[in-house]
This record gives sequence, structure tokens and C-alpha cells, in this order.
Amino acid sequence: MAKEKKEIVEKKDSTKVNAAGIPLNLGAVILEPGSTKKYKTGEWRTFIPAIDQAKCIKCGQCWMTCPDGAVSKAEDGTYWVNYDYCKGCLLCEKVCPVKCISHKIEEK
Amino acid sequence: MIMAEKKVISGSDVMAHAVKMCRPKVLPMYPITPSTLIPERLSEFVNNGELESKIIYVESEHSAISALYGAYATGVRSFTATASQGLALMHEIIPIVAGSRFPAVMAVANRALSGPLNIWNDQSDTISERDQGWIQLYCENNQEAFDTLIMAYKIAENSKVLTPVMVCVDGFYLTHAYEPVQIEDQKDIDEFLPEYKPLHFLDTSSPKTFGAFAQPNSYMDFKLEQELAMQESIKVISEVNSEFGKKFGRSYGDGLIEEYNTKKAKLALLCLGSVSGTIKEVIDEYKAKHPSGAGAKEIGLIRLKAYRPFPTEQLKKAVKGIKAIGVIDKHASIGFGGALTNDVKAALFGEKIQIESFMAGLGGRDIDRAKIRDAIETIMKGKEGKWLK
Repeated sequence: MAKEKKEIVEKKDSTKVNAAGIPLNLGAVILEPGSTKKYKTGEWRTFIPAIDQAKCIKCGQCWMTCPDGAVSKAEDGTYWVNYDYCKGCLLCEKVCPVKCISHKIEEK
Repeated sequence: MIMAEKKVISGSDVMAHAVKMCRPKVLPMYPITPSTLIPERLSEFVNNGELESKIIYVESEHSAISALYGAYATGVRSFTATASQGLALMHEIIPIVAGSRFPAVMAVANRALSGPLNIWNDQSDTISERDQGWIQLYCENNQEAFDTLIMAYKIAENSKVLTPVMVCVDGFYLTHAYEPVQIEDQKDIDEFLPEYKPLHFLDTSSPKTFGAFAQPNSYMDFKLEQELAMQESIKVISEVNSEFGKKFGRSYGDGLIEEYNTKKAKLALLCLGSVSGTIKEVIDEYKAKHPSGAGAKEIGLIRLKAYRPFPTEQLKKAVKGIKAIGVIDKHASIGFGGALTNDVKAALFGEKIQIESFMAGLGGRDIDRAKIRDAIETIMKGKEGKWLK
């Protein structure tokens, strides 16, 4: 259903595409919902955090604090860093009450 | 239902009537002299049931224009009004509304920018926003203000334009003056201005992102799109003007510029807004004093209705046969002289014509007929332009 609607909108728009292949949608609107998922901003990292699951008390502070939503909560209640999007700001490490998160410079 | 009627009414009042009849769905409002009576009257209309609209009493002009942006993002027609410092406070959002291609309409009651504080009329507020991507239309009198607000929505919402419009009226001179104005019938206005149908709007069943980034590899192309649309608007402004003329019997030059007595004139004054009324009086006085007409005492007036897009081709045609123009500047681009004069000089670059700047009316200082005569005599004597203090 959503795909059908998208087709109609794109037809009406009759969008030009620039030399870099970017569609010049009216007012620079982005028509594809959730498109930012394509950009793996984890590539921007300098420091990489790691959660020591053995020491983790599963308080959820890192998950609540992460400004990018890059800490996910698994079904078993454990917390995991999503390295596709973690930018290495280390706020999770700062707020962890048991200091179970550490970091190092990421080797690329 | 509004029945057409002609009545003596203040500018703010009649502008509120025009907006009401364009049926905006959201009205973000913040007061500032001399625009305040416009949101006040609109507020009355909503509260007594004459206008179905959501009023948002925002906490500042920055919020007013942000809420205006928000309203257009949801796909509805909206409106706000401001002046001077209020417009200046909106400044960081103004280009965003234009860049997002929202066909917003905003009334600005021209008032001097502060430093020192001054509530009276000049055009420093809107002229300072001329580069931000909005269409700017200036009005001579309250009838034109009423008419232009209605035309503004039609111009803005044209699918080839989709650019916001500032309708500029000289503060106090128009907003607080009572003039006879023909208020048109709601049915006729509905026929002239159909419902707004947005191309993109926030809709959970078809999600889109507004206000996203454009990186160096695309930003410039979006700006070119805006420029192309602004160029298209020149045609559209003229078309809407003649359509309005056909439907309601009133139109304003070709929609972009209005000429008065320019046929035989060798000298013309050029201006934006209501000072044109005074200039026309002076021109008529000269004609009466020198009924033989042609030659030195034949003076013309070119009033720019559209300031952005700048009507370059129309101005070039209008000045054919004219040897000298005196521009009445109501904003000094400090360090480079009259802002309007500089735009006129740029447009007429290469034309064999003398252009002099006459700075007048800053901070509401009265531009009386003596000052207009002074400008005319100065050009006739071959002297340079000056500040008409």
C-alpha cells in the first residue's frame, strides 16, 4: 500500500536528478521513509566503546543515555552497542554506574 | 458569508478581512507595532466563529514563523503578520521557508529597524530580507493591500512558483489609515482562489522527511531550483494580476510595475509603496502649472509593485525615453547608499540614463510634497541625489 502511494507521488513530482544522482525533490523533501538507516555513521568513530557483559548489571543507563539510539536492548535484557551507528561519544561509559564500559582508539 | 461592500475601513482591518476570506487553517500570531491590529482582528474573527482556524498565540516572532513553517509542512494554508524587529527576529527561518518551497504569505507592516528604536515607517525591515528567497510585493494603498493579499496566495501556490510571498504595506500610513475599500464577496474569492492542494505534507500513511540536509553535492542545485521558480513567478505575477482585474475590475500596472504619466516624461521618480500617492499629487500639480505638458515639466512615476523578483525587463521598457530617474530610497544600505537605488542601477546597467538617490522618510519622517519637489528640482538642475532630511 505504502509503495503504491510512493509511486504516485513520484510521478506527480516529475523530479529532476542532479549530476551527482541526487533527486531534486521540491523543497529538498526526502520521500523515502527511514532512509537515514543507509548511512552507517559508525564510520565516523575515533574511540570505540565495549560493554563488559560479565560486569554489566543491566540498569539500562547506557541505553537511555545514548544520543544516537546506538545501544540496543536484547530480549534477554542484555545491552549491546550497535557499531553501525555508534559514533564513539562515550557518554555510555560516563554514565555507567559500575564502570563496565571501556574504550580504546579504533584501529581502521 | 461576506457580501461585497465598499466601506471606510482601516488598513489593518481590511487586510485581516482579506486573510480571513482566503481561509487559512492555522494562524500563528505575535503582536508588534504597527502590525498588531491584523492579528487582533483575525483573533476576533476566530473567536466569534467567522473564521474556522487554529490560532496559536506564540511566544515570539521566531516562533510565529516556525509555526508557519510547521503549518505548511502539514499541508495547510497559513498566515502571519509582523514588522521591523519582529521580521528581524524571524530572519533565520525566513530562508528556510523559501528553501522548503512553502507557498506561505506574510504581511509586513513596514517599520524602521531599531538602533535607535523607532516604531514609524520606513522600508528597512523588508528590504533587508530581499535576498532570502521570498517574493516581495509592495502596496500603495489599502485597496491594493486587500487585493494583493488575495493575489499573493494565488501566486505563491502556483505549481510553477511554490515560493513564499511577503505583502509589504507602509506601517501607520496604510495599517492605521482609514480609506474606502471595496471588500469582495466570499464566493467570488473562493472562485478566484481555490483550495490549497500541497504536493508534499506530513502524513503517517506516506512518511516523508522535511528539513533534512543537502550536502555540497546538491545544495547548490536546490538553490538554482528556487531561482528558476522566482524567474517563472514574473510571468505568474502578471497573469494573476490580469486575472484579478478580469474578475474584480481592479489591477495594478502589469502586476510588477505601475507607471504614471511616463509617456512623454523625460524625468521620472521611482519608488516602492505608499509614497507614490504623494508623488502622483506633485506630478499632477506640475501638469496643472505647466499645461503645455511636454518637455522639462513632464514628470513620470514608476512604482515597483514587485521588488523580488526584480522586474528588470519591465523597468528597462518603462524607462525608454526617460533621461533621468530619481529613486526615493526608504532604506540606507549603510556604506553603499540607497538599497533600492543600487538595485535599480544594477538592473539598468548599460542603459544611457542618469539615476539619483533621494533618501527620505527614514524612521517615519514625513515625506511631504515639498520634499518631492526638491528631489525633482535637484535632478532638473543636474545636481546629485541627496538625503531629503
